[in-house]
Amino acid sequence: MELSAILLQVLNGLDKGSAYALIALGLTLIFGTLGVVNFAHGALFMIGAFCAVTVQRLLSLSTITIDESKTDFLGKPLQIKTPYVESWFGESVGNALIDWSVPLAIFLTIPVMLIIGFVMERGLIKHFYKRPHSDQILVTFGLAIVLQEIIKAYFGANQIPAPAPSAFIGSFDFGSVIGMGPGKLLYPYWRIVYFCFAMLIIALVFAFLQFTTFGMVVRAGMADRETVGLLGINIDKRFTIMFGIAAAVAGLAGVMYTPINSPSYTSGMDFLVISFVVVVVGGMGSLGGAVLAGFVLGILESFASMREVIEFIPGINQVVIYLAAIVILLARPRGLLGRKGVMES
Amino acid sequence: MSSKKNVLSTPVTRRSVLKATAATATVAAAPMIIPSTAYGYANEPKGSSVTLGFNVPQSGAYADEGADELRAYELAVEHLNGGGDGGMMGTFSSKALKGNGILGRKVEYVTGDTQTKPDAARASARSMIEKDGAIMITGGSSSGVAVAVQGLCQEAGVIFMAGLTHSNDTTGKDKKANGFRHFFNSYMSGAALAPILGDNYGKDRKAYHLTADYNWGYTTEEAVRTSTEAMGWETVAAVKTPLSQTDFSSYVAPVQASGADILVLNHYGANMVNSLTSAVQFGLRGAQVNGKSLEIVVPLYSRLMAKGAGENVKGIFGSTNWHWSLTDDASKAFVKSFGEKYGFPPSQAAHTCYVQTLLYADACERAGSHDPCAVAEALEGFEFDGLGNGPTLYRAEDHQCFKDVLVVKGKENPTSEFDLLEIVEVTPASQVTYDASIFGGDLGSCNAG
Repeated sequence: MELSAILLQVLNGLDKGSAYALIALGLTLIFGTLGVVNFAHGALFMIGAFCAVTVQRLLSLSTITIDESKTDFLGKPLQIKTPYVESWFGESVGNALIDWSVPLAIFLTIPVMLIIGFVMERGLIKHFYKRPHSDQILVTFGLAIVLQEIIKAYFGANQIPAPAPSAFIGSFDFGSVIGMGPGKLLYPYWRIVYFCFAMLIIALVFAFLQFTTFGMVVRAGMADRETVGLLGINIDKRFTIMFGIAAAVAGLAGVMYTPINSPSYTSGMDFLVISFVVVVVGGMGSLGGAVLAGFVLGILESFASMREVIEFIPGINQVVIYLAAIVILLARPRGLLGRKGVMES
Repeated sequence: MSSKKNVLSTPVTRRSVLKATAATATVAAAPMIIPSTAYGYANEPKGSSVTLGFNVPQSGAYADEGADELRAYELAVEHLNGGGDGGMMGTFSSKALKGNGILGRKVEYVTGDTQTKPDAARASARSMIEKDGAIMITGGSSSGVAVAVQGLCQEAGVIFMAGLTHSNDTTGKDKKANGFRHFFNSYMSGAALAPILGDNYGKDRKAYHLTADYNWGYTTEEAVRTSTEAMGWETVAAVKTPLSQTDFSSYVAPVQASGADILVLNHYGANMVNSLTSAVQFGLRGAQVNGKSLEIVVPLYSRLMAKGAGENVKGIFGSTNWHWSLTDDASKAFVKSFGEKYGFPPSQAAHTCYVQTLLYADACERAGSHDPCAVAEALEGFEFDGLGNGPTLYRAEDHQCFKDVLVVKGKENPTSEFDLLEIVEVTPASQVTYDASIFGGDLGSCNAG
């Protein structure tokens, strides 16, 4: 097995791990602050991805003109579509806007996800704080299915392509940079962008919690909600905001993931179960643990997909994450960075 | 009084016994799905209408194809009932169809969602046969589904007119007397593609296969391997990928290091769109391996997939059952009526489904009955033309159609959003015909329910 093949799987695992880490980070934030097990979190990732599709469609709204000199496949005069953005800002700016619709969708995703987060928390989840975790799981899972079906009814059941800007199409040749020779280790530009983006979001969330007064109060609330409340601080309001932030993180993870994997209404569920495993392996309530476990499991899954491994143990790539979870939990029952007293009576 | 009370409070009452009996009877009857043979044959139409069951994937990896199949079925029903411009009924060599339904009965239809899963497909087909009285089931887009539903139709005693299904198994080892397929198969794709691949890429190539993990994938991989290895290619590796897979990066990444200079994607629908997109993103296309440019091959192509994969399909070879740019009268008539109704040209999936519906209706007319065994007899050995593929034979031995196969290539300079594939060669039927016994299986005898 060549070194380049191994390095490639590490890189490959990093961006899958980035998505796992971002989703698990949001899950942990919600669990740590509100004590709610949110099974609708995958649906938030999916809604984020569909924000990209929405922006792409909005920017592509077109006027139709008829060109008599050309014919379509039925021999009728050809209808030519000109996007409004092209007629408003000129062809080059208009095209560039459409080309960059995925990154531009970030600006729509943040407010949309914050609002969805607030509405979800205030409208539904709030009523389940005092209920057992099993009730929370049922209601949030139900909500996830409702959200999925709404998206399916509106956007259809198929994957919808949302490509990266043309500037990021192609691959970076790591091989020639690290002296392995050209063409030995190619890695798509957009996946590098995704990894950097994920690291940035993770850093921002940690900085927000670590270096702002708001974050300090939230961390205090996570540690001892009652005492913070006794000090006259309205911790509930802050936790609602944290729910919105967690939703925004999931949405951002989704929006930037669309060029890697075209979104469909099931994209959220594909990530949800694994993200829960990531949270448990990382340690319930541990933000750092969620991020660490996200990357570890992402890379592990990637390695298990290598041909040499699959030929040795067929189907291992489908179950490796769960096997790893069993081993880790046997060795460290509270997960990698889990603290004592969380989710324990 | 007290004795009365006792009676009332006794858990066993007449009503509860009756209820329990009814429930037991329902449960016991449930597995007996096969319609009773008290009639002449299963679901014999008695009124002024006849019901067909369209069982297509409306979700899952093949949902695009399913949506187009449904459009084609609706168009076929319209034409059979005398609506629209009649489409290929005007060009069909058999003139038995009169535009007054089937045998004078108005054609009605019910639809089901196969979800691209054999279990769900069987359940929806079963419901259409039992509840809606469908006399014929048609649909496809997955060979796993087609084989499962074909088996069910055989047991239930109705005709199954396969839609898009490309595995050798459908009319090979899993063939059934009640099942018929117009679409071509993996063997034919391999036989038609290999010479073109040899001419364009040379005889000294190393191929890496990624294969959808179900019967269609297996037979397609085998067909392409057999035909390309026969001309000198070597198969470096063949890796199976789950049908539900959407992210193929971890499957595509190792190709670079394998020393292969050809990547064969035995994928269809959304699987192919995703795997091809990943392969192109990872820079495989055109990468220099063994001093040659790495090329990608997609054995079964469709315009819908080409649309989904966008720019990535340019110059990639594959095979297809039919393409809207064909210029024969039948294809033109079909494109016109489909295009005017829906605003875009039909896919190969739509074409085969439309044709199958017409062929079924025509067989009923020629047989003078809806009796599945009479219909099957009318289809066996039937030779026809004017349905878009040139002269075609419904072979009696395995219920497979034999006709020309199109080898296509992703077009370099499309002139419209539909102009994505160009026809490189029309391989004559004689070159892709094989002995009916090579895939094994037993047709059995026709079941009329």
